[in-house]
Amino acid sequence: MELVVSLAIGVLAGSGVWLLLRPRTFQVTIGLALLSYAVNLFIFSTGGLRTGADAILGRGQVGTLAEFTDPVPQALVLTAIVIGFATTALLLVVLLAARGLTGTDHVDGRERDR
Amino acid sequence: MPETVLLLTLIVLPFAGAVAAGLMPTHARNAAGALAGAVALFCLLLVWVAYPTVSAGDVLRAEWAWMPALGLNFSLRMDGFAWLFAGLVMGIGALVVLYARYYMAEDDPVPRFFAFLLAFMGAMTGVVISGNLVQLAFFWELTSLFSFLLIGYWHHTTAAREGARMALTVTATGGLALFAGVLVLGHIVGTYELDAVLAAGDRIREHPLYLLALILILLGALTKSAQFPFQFWLPNAMAAPTPVSAYLHSATLVKAGVFLLARLWPAMAGTDAWFLLVGGAGLVTMLLGAYVAIFQNDLKGLLAYSTISHLGLITLLLGLDSQLALVAAVFHILNHAAFKASLFMAAGIIDHETGTRDIRRLSGLNRSMPFTGRLALVAAAAMAGVPLLNGFISKEMFFAEALSAEGPLGLVKILPFAAMLGSAFSVAYSLRFIHGAFFGPDPVDLPRTPHEPATWMRFPVEILVLICLGVGVLPAATVGPFLDLAVRSVLGNEVPYYSLSVWHGFNFPLLMSFIALAGGVALYLLLQGWLRSETEGEPLLRRFEGKRIFERAMVFLSWRLARRLEGIASTRRLQPQLRLIVAVAFLAGGAAVWVRGLGPGNLPPAPVDPVLALVWAVGGTCALGAAMLAKFHRLAALILVGGAGLAVCVTFVWFSAPDLALTQLTVEVVTTVLLLLGLRWLPKRVEVPGDGGPEVLTRARRLRDLGLAVSAGGGLAALSYAVMTRTPPELLARDFLARAYTEGGGTNVVNVTLVDFRAFDTLGEIFVVAAVALATYALLRRFRPAADSVEPPVQQQDQLSADLAEPGTERPVADWLLVPFTLTRLIFPVMALVAAFLLLRGHDLPGGGFSAGMVVAIAVILQYMIGGTAWTEDRLAWLRPRVWIGAGLLLASGTGLAALGFGRPFLTSYFGYINLPVIGEMPTASALIFDIGVFALVVGATLLMLVALAHQSVRGRRATSRALASLAKAGRARILAGDD
Repeated sequence: MELVVSLAIGVLAGSGVWLLLRPRTFQVTIGLALLSYAVNLFIFSTGGLRTGADAILGRGQVGTLAEFTDPVPQALVLTAIVIGFATTALLLVVLLAARGLTGTDHVDGRERDR
Repeated sequence: MPETVLLLTLIVLPFAGAVAAGLMPTHARNAAGALAGAVALFCLLLVWVAYPTVSAGDVLRAEWAWMPALGLNFSLRMDGFAWLFAGLVMGIGALVVLYARYYMAEDDPVPRFFAFLLAFMGAMTGVVISGNLVQLAFFWELTSLFSFLLIGYWHHTTAAREGARMALTVTATGGLALFAGVLVLGHIVGTYELDAVLAAGDRIREHPLYLLALILILLGALTKSAQFPFQFWLPNAMAAPTPVSAYLHSATLVKAGVFLLARLWPAMAGTDAWFLLVGGAGLVTMLLGAYVAIFQNDLKGLLAYSTISHLGLITLLLGLDSQLALVAAVFHILNHAAFKASLFMAAGIIDHETGTRDIRRLSGLNRSMPFTGRLALVAAAAMAGVPLLNGFISKEMFFAEALSAEGPLGLVKILPFAAMLGSAFSVAYSLRFIHGAFFGPDPVDLPRTPHEPATWMRFPVEILVLICLGVGVLPAATVGPFLDLAVRSVLGNEVPYYSLSVWHGFNFPLLMSFIALAGGVALYLLLQGWLRSETEGEPLLRRFEGKRIFERAMVFLSWRLARRLEGIASTRRLQPQLRLIVAVAFLAGGAAVWVRGLGPGNLPPAPVDPVLALVWAVGGTCALGAAMLAKFHRLAALILVGGAGLAVCVTFVWFSAPDLALTQLTVEVVTTVLLLLGLRWLPKRVEVPGDGGPEVLTRARRLRDLGLAVSAGGGLAALSYAVMTRTPPELLARDFLARAYTEGGGTNVVNVTLVDFRAFDTLGEIFVVAAVALATYALLRRFRPAADSVEPPVQQQDQLSADLAEPGTERPVADWLLVPFTLTRLIFPVMALVAAFLLLRGHDLPGGGFSAGMVVAIAVILQYMIGGTAWTEDRLAWLRPRVWIGAGLLLASGTGLAALGFGRPFLTSYFGYINLPVIGEMPTASALIFDIGVFALVVGATLLMLVALAHQSVRGRRATSRALASLAKAGRARILAGDD
């Protein structure tokens, strides 16, 4: 199971990095989204992969890690997802504005000199 | 008054006065002056109150813990030497304030001037009475800073700006060197406390790091005191208002350097290195400054070089390693402060009343301002070392020391001659000052008609000249006790015998004095021809202008070098930067593995579940597909990213993280909509088949990027596999799980973490989201969208042409998308209910503010997409995203602050259950209110971004309709698809 998830993280990160290094703004946006999936999964996985563990305590229960999933990476990832959305939005708008101003969608605001 | 209070007041009061003066209205000249004067006088009084204690040989101390872990205390310490300097700072300060009140013009922002002056006074006091060296270095830099502000006070003139910048660069750099030196010294002694350092003289001198400490500290002291080769900043600082020059450049700032040398004299003097460095710098500076001073045509320039020369003299005395020389140095510090401050003030009066300071234009002022003339005459005579004035006595002591000095290299042989030469120069420039300005024929063509200044403007000069006379005639009775006090506190009980009197009989020093006087007069007469010519600057040394060398160095450092480094190490292109970041991150991870090794984990991997493997076969393919298609097939790539996102979502569910899955799913929807909205403004890019492929260079570049991507992905995969096959650390998890219900009042631990345990974190996060939303909104307001890449859809075209045909009606021409339109309208309340459900149960079950907010945002955006902007906003006018953002932030922060009201720390939450009719038992932690704040913020921020972007298409459509109209006129029905 761990193998599947780590391969998934690897594929997501690899695709993300590849796109991040591309010259077109849309590619970079998509790359960032993929990379953030990878990173979120990675942070999530640091709590250990638990199938069928309870996520919700019983009323009045004092939970332990033996029965429950680790809430800390989950809380971190939850905020990361929302922040990631916000920054993607900002990036997109900046890129669109840059495209409007410079007339190109190259990340540097101008085409590479040949 | 307890001594702690007294010492603290001495430092705090000037700064407090500075703040108060700074807050006064711009033209409150009298009020600010009175305040500054009162502060200076009160501080002077405090210094006087300390006299009995200090004169009894005691030291006033005060200490507060500052950084106890580093052994640093904020400590104040006033012994006799510090007392003398504090008196100098406050006394001359009070006189300068009075003088400045009359000197400054009505339309200058005078309160600002006094604010700077008071702050400088506080910083200077800090230097003088600091009880530890680090603190001294701190106040030292403060004096540099405030002197910068004072010199640059008339910042509308270039000279003031340049002079201020140069002074700051030189003295603050010196200050940094001093700080480093102090650290070395502290390392040698083991503490930064002044007492301990002064007591450890032998250890310091024998330590291998002594020379380093000495050089660094000297860099500080010599730059501050304008000693060769750093003397060039002082003449340029003459662009300051004259009261500043009188204060900073005669009595205080430049004296800080020699103060430090004298202060550390017991700890560091007595070596050959000290003799050569300090004495050598002093000797060269004394001669050089005096020589250049003769040829200055500006009164203040003359005084500036003379100051450099006199400071050189003091430095030389300090370098001589003799206790008597130290006595002479301290004495001369006092004398120089008195006559130089009065001369600066006199020069300022001349400038003020005649409008010029050029010696060549001035002449015969003795007739129009006789009183000022007499005062200046006495002060200048003191500067020249004429008998019966204070300068004479310290100069005699200097001559005596020059004759008896001992030191290496036979350098001392020339000392008596150098002393006489410098003295003769000093006589010559003093003569020039007096003769040039006050004697000779009546001046012609002055900007103003000269007359005596206001009585109170002259008053400070009178006091100072009186001091020069009193000390000159009766030294032992006037300054004797104070000098003794100061010297005793530096030298301890080994004070040698010295005699303060005017007449010591016929001896060598007296003979030297007369030779110097006669030589100076002769020199002045000989130089008349040169001085009357229009030649600028002095003979012989004109080419060696420190200022020019300094400017070249600055240009090189701050411009050429910076440019060159930037050229080498930086790029404006994004891709190399990103590549570098990825490569460095990869190498950093790799290095860690290389050093520590990466063995197999201790947990056996769980068996592979074919379902999840299948999910990720699809998800991974989606990710790879998105990577391949993002260039030419953006829509496809976007859809594929959504596929990968869903796989992530399923993974969250699979591994027992329902909250994450919920959030991921909703965010996924919103992100996709957002990117979809943006697609239309990106240029069309079409893959040309059979193009023969990209050129070799591009292909190589791609191969390199592919290598990087594969390495990064592989590395991260290996890393996460290694992490997952190890027992995860418990860290906070145990704590959170145990206390989520018992103390946080919720069974959904993730939510309790977000809104309670780590609520501060969440609060910060929602502020970031709000800021980002407002930033996108602001960006889009000034947005100049690129031309649409696609034609408007058929529906829009039809509607537009109908609108054009009948302007103003905007009647829908057809019911496009009627079924989805009806469905979304029906679904809206359902989604709102779902959101409310998620929000309210969040504390106990999966849900919470984030996902609930996203659901509302999705519901609204659905209406926008199907119903159109105009239709939706007609009906959802209450939806004002910015209000939601504000309300959310207020609610969340308010909940946190409310805890303070109950005497608990910020963001402490309270919880309980209440029974509501129909709904049933509901958890009501105050954290719920916080979560509602989060919810409102998420709704507002998401909608603000989406709606702002969606509105661009309305704008775009208006532009399109204009285009359509013009096209219609041209008889063309189609719109050109705009690409770049």
